[in-house]
Amino acid sequence: MADLARGTDTQITIPTTSRWDIIRKDLVKNRYIYIMLLPVITYYIVFHYVPLYGAQIAFKNFTPSKGIWGSPWVGFKYFEEFFNSYYFERLLRNTVLISLYDLIFGFPAPIILALLLNEIKSNIFKRTVQTVTYLPHFISLVVICGMIIDFLARDGLVNNILNRFGIESIPFMIKPEWFRTIYVASNIWQGIGWGSIIYLAALSNIDPQLYEAATIDGAGRFRQVLHVTLPGILPTVVIMLILRLGQMLNVGSEKILLLYNTSTYETADVISTFVYRKGILEASYSYSTAIGLFNSVINFALLVIANFISRKATETSLW
Amino acid sequence: MHIKKSMGERAFDVFNTMLMMLLMIVTLYPFLHVFFASISDPTAVVQHRGLLLHPIGFTTGAYKLVFKNPMIPIGYRNTLIYVLVGTAINIFMTTLGAYGLSRKNVYFKNHIMFLITFTMFFSGGLIPTYLLVRDLGMTDTRWALLIPNAISAYNLIIMRTSFEGVPVSLEESAKLDGANDFTVLFRIILPLSMPVVAVMVLFYGVGHWNSWFNAMIYLRDRQLFPLQLVLREILISNSTDTMIAGSAGLDREPIGETVKYATIIVATVPILFIYPFLQKYFVKGVMIGAIKE
Repeated sequence: MADLARGTDTQITIPTTSRWDIIRKDLVKNRYIYIMLLPVITYYIVFHYVPLYGAQIAFKNFTPSKGIWGSPWVGFKYFEEFFNSYYFERLLRNTVLISLYDLIFGFPAPIILALLLNEIKSNIFKRTVQTVTYLPHFISLVVICGMIIDFLARDGLVNNILNRFGIESIPFMIKPEWFRTIYVASNIWQGIGWGSIIYLAALSNIDPQLYEAATIDGAGRFRQVLHVTLPGILPTVVIMLILRLGQMLNVGSEKILLLYNTSTYETADVISTFVYRKGILEASYSYSTAIGLFNSVINFALLVIANFISRKATETSLW
Repeated sequence: MHIKKSMGERAFDVFNTMLMMLLMIVTLYPFLHVFFASISDPTAVVQHRGLLLHPIGFTTGAYKLVFKNPMIPIGYRNTLIYVLVGTAINIFMTTLGAYGLSRKNVYFKNHIMFLITFTMFFSGGLIPTYLLVRDLGMTDTRWALLIPNAISAYNLIIMRTSFEGVPVSLEESAKLDGANDFTVLFRIILPLSMPVVAVMVLFYGVGHWNSWFNAMIYLRDRQLFPLQLVLREILISNSTDTMIAGSAGLDREPIGETVKYATIIVATVPILFIYPFLQKYFVKGVMIGAIKE
């Protein structure tokens, strides 16, 4: 046993000495590559890792005059303050619910569109539908939200139509109970076409022989979808679902900032919009950083969990 | 072996076609409505109350008012600067990164790749980034919109995947002739990768065109505002204010309404015009990104 241990020792020491040789040779041989990578690495360190280091102000009583390093530690004070605040429950509920509704209604929509497009035999018609449905993806969020607000105003297009059917006007944009519906529905409207591209790509990669075999076995179109098409795109669906679950607590602030107002905070205010208001508008830097960090950690944990479950269950995973 | 279409299948085909037609109408109508209203007689639009299938009357008055607003040309000029300069920086940085990370036998390649991909899943958050940009003195300068988003990790990975597809033999024979990595990148890899460069230009370019949030948090000087931030004031802030302040029964100014529609058209027309030509590149980009390594 002792001999064996000594044997492994020497085996370890030989590669360690030569590893430095390899690195030295690599740095010389690939010097131009490292020169090219230098600005890239610098960018990532400055604009991604310095903020990561700066996130420690979540545990400090940060004042700009003292700087990140000089501000005194306060431990989990700001986290506790947030968890005990009146807003915590509301923000968490809104964030989870908007995410969840978006997942339940928004996630299957592009898959269904891709499956339906796949059943269209006329290529011209198919391409036309694709061109039209991709379009809203390129229109800026500000314009889209401007249109939503205008159409849903008290005397806007939607209410005018409702009036014609004898329904009284609904002030949609200031009714909290309507916010999530508007948010999720407009997300689907804007994203359904673009979202379907990735599934159409997966559909075009299915081996045509599988369909031939299914036809010979007497499977009709519906059964072919069930037994060939769906299993064929399942890995793509799973990957997209993992990515989506990892973003569950990451409802983007941009669209909500454009659509919400003080009357709809009750259902529309989410973690990211609250961080924006506390941090940028009210300059409560430590408090808002703590909330943001809490959000990032939960998101990361969700991603890891979703990835782990998927790897065990379907052998499809991000890493 | 041909199986005749059953009744159910034919019914499904009809239903499917109709559903797709409906989807197209729902997608396009809002834009048509905005366009028709923008060239209609303002008072007639307000009185009409309902779907517009064609313009009512004809006037370019709303457009004249849009161009009288000095912020529109200022916004356009700034957006043009952000799109051109910003995209150039993006492409330069992303190309450098993608080249280095696509080469074989680079010892630290995987370490650097990890450094980059990690940022896709975990970040310091909005506030530390904001404080950093402020400490760097970029607040209220154009740099705030050009530098902090110089590289998108997602686009870097797309480009790297594409560079990896260029045959190694080309690089090897060039190196035998004494070419260094800069020559290989600019003379061999880039000319062979123009489709993916086009995709990147479009992804980054549209990103800059549409962006408004960073401009909102970093810029105070109105002379630096991009178009989208100007639009936000016209389309969102004003209407939200009137929505909350305005009590029931108070109708909006007719001409104000059509000016809003004209603003939307003025701000969207460039995208609508280039969209049909660009669409295939975008789709290609998503496809490249979808390839799992």
